[in-house]
Order: sequence, then C-alpha cells, then structure tokens
Amino acid sequence: MAVQVQTHSSLIAAQQALGQGGTYLAGGTLVMRGVNAGEVQGVIVRATDPELRRIASTSEGVRIGAGSTMADILASRDLDFLHPVARAIGGPQVRAMATVGGNLFAPHPYGDFTVALIALGARAVLVQGGPRPVEELMRVRARPPLVAAIDVMRPRDMRAFGWLKVSRIKPKGVSVLSIAALLVREGGRVRGARIAFGAMGAHPLRSAGAERALEGQALDATSIARAAQAACLGLEPPTDALASSWYRREVAGVHLRRLLEQMA
Amino acid sequence: MTFKPISFTLNGSSKAAFATEGQNLLDFLRRAVGDLSPKYGCGQGTCGACTVMIDNVPQLACLVLAESVEGRAVNTAAGLANGPRLDPLQEAFMERFAAQCGYCTAGMLVAARALLDANPRPSREEVIEGISGNLCRCTGYEPIIDAILDVAEGRVQA
Repeated sequence: MAVQVQTHSSLIAAQQALGQGGTYLAGGTLVMRGVNAGEVQGVIVRATDPELRRIASTSEGVRIGAGSTMADILASRDLDFLHPVARAIGGPQVRAMATVGGNLFAPHPYGDFTVALIALGARAVLVQGGPRPVEELMRVRARPPLVAAIDVMRPRDMRAFGWLKVSRIKPKGVSVLSIAALLVREGGRVRGARIAFGAMGAHPLRSAGAERALEGQALDATSIARAAQAACLGLEPPTDALASSWYRREVAGVHLRRLLEQMA
Repeated sequence: MTFKPISFTLNGSSKAAFATEGQNLLDFLRRAVGDLSPKYGCGQGTCGACTVMIDNVPQLACLVLAESVEGRAVNTAAGLANGPRLDPLQEAFMERFAAQCGYCTAGMLVAARALLDANPRPSREEVIEGISGNLCRCTGYEPIIDAILDVAEGRVQA
C-alpha cells in the first residue's frame, strides 16, 4: 500500500482529513522513520498552519504552538524554565525537527519533554474540544486528538521546578529514565507536589507514591528518603535495550533523591 | 505511483525535480537530483550521515518529507567548497585526519558548519554538543573536534 500525503493550510482541515483515518506528520522524527521502514502506510496528513509554531505569552503563562520545535523552545526567553529539558532531547538536528506536539505521543522511551509538561500541569489545547491536562492525553494515545497548542504556567519560583535525565551516552542519549518535579512550598512545606517520570511506564506518568511522601512535608532528608523509597509504587517500568525493568526500579529512587536534594 | 514536482534551491542553484509520494529528502536528493554527498546511514535519524541545512538549519534529510522543501533553500556538503577553494572545515578535516572511512564526513561537515555559523567561537564542550547528532565509528571523535576548533580558533583559514 502506497503512502498518500495530504497537506492542509489549516489545522481544522487537517483534523477533518484525519477523521477519514490516517497518520499526522509533525516534525517527522518518528513518523518518517515509520514511512522509511514501510511501517506507516496509507494517508499521511500534515498542516502548514503558521499558528502551529507560534509561542506567545498569555495572562496565564505561555502558549506553545504544537508544531514548535525543541530549537524554538530554546530560542524563547519566555520558556527559559524549559530550556534544560529541550536541550536534553536529541542532537541539534533532532532539536530542529522534533515538535512539542509530537513529543506528547512519542513511544517509550521517548517523550522527555512531556514529562516536564506533566509535572508543570500543562494543558493541551485541542483543535476540536476543550483544553485537557496533558497527563489525561496519555490515556488516549492509541487514538490521539489533534493538538493545536500547549498552555504551560511559568513556575513562580524557579527553584520549585527540577529536571533530570539519565542516559548512558552523553551529551546525546535516549532516556534510561527522566524525572521532572514541581514542588511549590508554602511556609516551608510542599503543597500540591507533582513528580513525573519518563521511561518508567508505557508513557510519561506521575509518581503518586513520591508525591504522597512529600505532600505537606518540609523538603528535608527524611521526606526525600521516603519519596525515594516510594518512587516506584504502582509503576511497571518496561524492559528495553537500555535497561531492564528491575534496573529502572532499582535506580529510579536514587535519581529522584539526587534531584530532590538539589531542589531542597 | 504519484510524482510531485518540487522546486527548491540547492547550494544556491535553482533545482526542479519530481519526488515520489512519501519520499524522504535524502532519497530525493540522491536519486532524483543527483547530489550524492548526504549519505544513507540508518534511515532513522540516529547517525546524522544525511545532515543537510534547510533554510540554514541543520536537519536530517532521511526524516524530512521531500515535498516539504518546496520553495526552500537546501545546502549540502557538496556546496561547502567554492570551486577549487575548500571550506576551512574541509581543510582542517584533512589536516587533522578527521576522516577515516569517510562515511560520516559529509554529515559531520554540515553539522560543524551549522555550529560555526551560529557560534563562531565555540568551546570544546559546545563543539562536542554541536556534533552530538552525528556518529563516527572510526576516529573516536577527537580529530574531528580538534579540526573544528582549529577553524574556530583561526588556526585554519580559507
């Protein structure tokens, strides 16, 4: 079966075309792999809507067009809190191509940028339908909606946001795991802890165990040790060529502890 | 099979050729246009051997849909030299013996040119980061890094 490419000037038209079935092509770093391997066939839908790469400050934070690349993120002063995350993704060529929207639906072990978006409580602006928390989209990855943009709040205190990626190859390497944490403190105590893991499940997800261990606590050696111990509760990390499930379980708490110690 | 006409600029010259539906830019450049300088390594965006510049941004030609370069400027390693005058990076790669089997060299040169165009005086760490999307299985990278630094620090000039 041959590939048929449809290019639309608006996201609405692209959404309508996808209603008939097909694969959406964003930056190409994942879909074109599939095309090259003959694994992606049939209709490929792409959109050239300029809004896709628009990054704009809003009253509630920053709206990132879903077609913005990691290089676009790095070029935006408004998104400086996400620069360490974007910088950790691929080499320069991949960063110039890989999009924020594509990262949402990248298969394991990819999706590091989404890990940060989940920790930051970002919301996806869909082409059809209301905004939805990014973490909710993880549950509909088999049939994902077309995302127009991501709304993300800038942390009020930059020290409240932490990010760490563990890979075997430096400076460019695929994740053994990645961790993002948003730990807002009120009166010295953590309120509304959000900790997200990448490569620790089929998709980026939150660590309910670590969040519970930190909630309402001072970020000190005791609470950090509890969070590290509870990091993998309810998680089933996959085994792949980079690491076994056992290894990921063993090291996740260690790396979470190191990140939290930096944030304390 | 459907063919799509593509008009674009390759190394400063206007080009027009037909791409097949879904064809990637690397295949299009090599088969339809005849520029053999970008190399097919992995076809997965991992090795960087196919690196080209599109509108002055380094990208992986194997992962770019050929028809998406309509009206855009593509630069490859074949366009680095100006007639008989090599790009300083090419001179430095020869001086430092930074090419052994040579398969990664074209992509490595384009990535290095993109780095120096954006940052003419990179640190060693920035050079390492700048070529982190390109694999070399022969040199151990050190001669390549040294060659790029030779150009950045003015030890090799055109």
